[in-house]
Amino acid sequence: MSTPDIIDTLVGIEPGSALDAIRGKRMQARENAQKSYLSLFEPIDAGDFSLLERAAVAAFVTGLHGESPVASFYRDKLAATAGGAALVKAIDAEIARGKTSGPYGSFPAGPLSIENTAGLIYRVDAASKSALSPRLVAALEHAHLLVFRPRDAASSDMKALLAAGWSTTGIVTFSQLVAFLSFQVRVVSGLRTLAAANA
Amino acid sequence: MSATVNPPVVFTQDELGWVSWIEPLPEAELTERHFNGLVDRARAKSEYFRLLVRDPEVLEARTKTDKDIFYNVADGLPRAERELAAAATSRYNGCIYCASVHARFASTYSKRREDVQKLLDEGVKADLGERWNAVVKASVALAATPIAFGPDNIKELRSAGLDDAEIVDVINGASFFNWANRLMLSLGEPSK
Repeated sequence: MSTPDIIDTLVGIEPGSALDAIRGKRMQARENAQKSYLSLFEPIDAGDFSLLERAAVAAFVTGLHGESPVASFYRDKLAATAGGAALVKAIDAEIARGKTSGPYGSFPAGPLSIENTAGLIYRVDAASKSALSPRLVAALEHAHLLVFRPRDAASSDMKALLAAGWSTTGIVTFSQLVAFLSFQVRVVSGLRTLAAANA
Repeated sequence: MSATVNPPVVFTQDELGWVSWIEPLPEAELTERHFNGLVDRARAKSEYFRLLVRDPEVLEARTKTDKDIFYNVADGLPRAERELAAAATSRYNGCIYCASVHARFASTYSKRREDVQKLLDEGVKADLGERWNAVVKASVALAATPIAFGPDNIKELRSAGLDDAEIVDVINGASFFNWANRLMLSLGEPSK
């Protein structure tokens, strides 16, 4: 494969190491986590979700999880994407405004309501809106919901994305991208923790 | 998108349906590219998969990642405990649909249906014995944002008897459900 394995790279897994051997026992998962990354960030068709939007959402989502090699990777990716350098400042500002602790949110009304937890309902700052397209503003607000309070999601959130110019197919890919990063950032964190425990 | 939705209001091991909030592809419009994305042709019957197949390449890679993490039982953690990690993650994130599916699998493979139900009823702090407690706690720590998984989780998993390959299965299984939960929760809703 021409692109190095992104999870191995972000964890710092060396060929021949113990973690390399363990990941090697789940080759289909390893190869398809990589294919997931490639199909999201080097898609055959970016018509419904541009490469710039993908990079901006990825930098925002991984940044919301706190500083890490994953967050740095996607911030650099945004800076290296055409049109991206101009967005880094606004995305960084929005990460700082959006950081909180999750998961929180509400359950369907009933016995689980006692577990409802209030938290930040994030909206993009007016000052950042000049740098970001209306599509991207809607995307960041929805991405924040997906990161911190996915159980709050409602059909009205889909309508908000459609109203901001997202196609149904674009919403699917965008949701996959945020959800995939939620996986990737955790695998990398978990494997780094395990590697450090063995160091 | 069905007309009547009857959303469950508690976590359950019962079989639930799932209804999309946005338009899945009609079955009649699926091409070979879409069937490759579905991996299993039978998934064309599912509203959820016909929605995700709008991006077939991502769906195919996601599905193959999922299957290997959970179904490849050569070495590593028993299937029951991978399903436990999935159910605990779903309980903590609040995905009633995902929790129902994977709680059922955890019950089937562990034969510990009552303990699984205790997790659903009492939540992720339920006492399920040392080994399961360690798996649930590690899954919850991974699901938190910022991620709270640390050296203490590794220590607890090890003293519960897990080796590094099994710990990696916990990490993969729990992390994967942070992917699955977010799709299931945000693109539609469960229905009884």
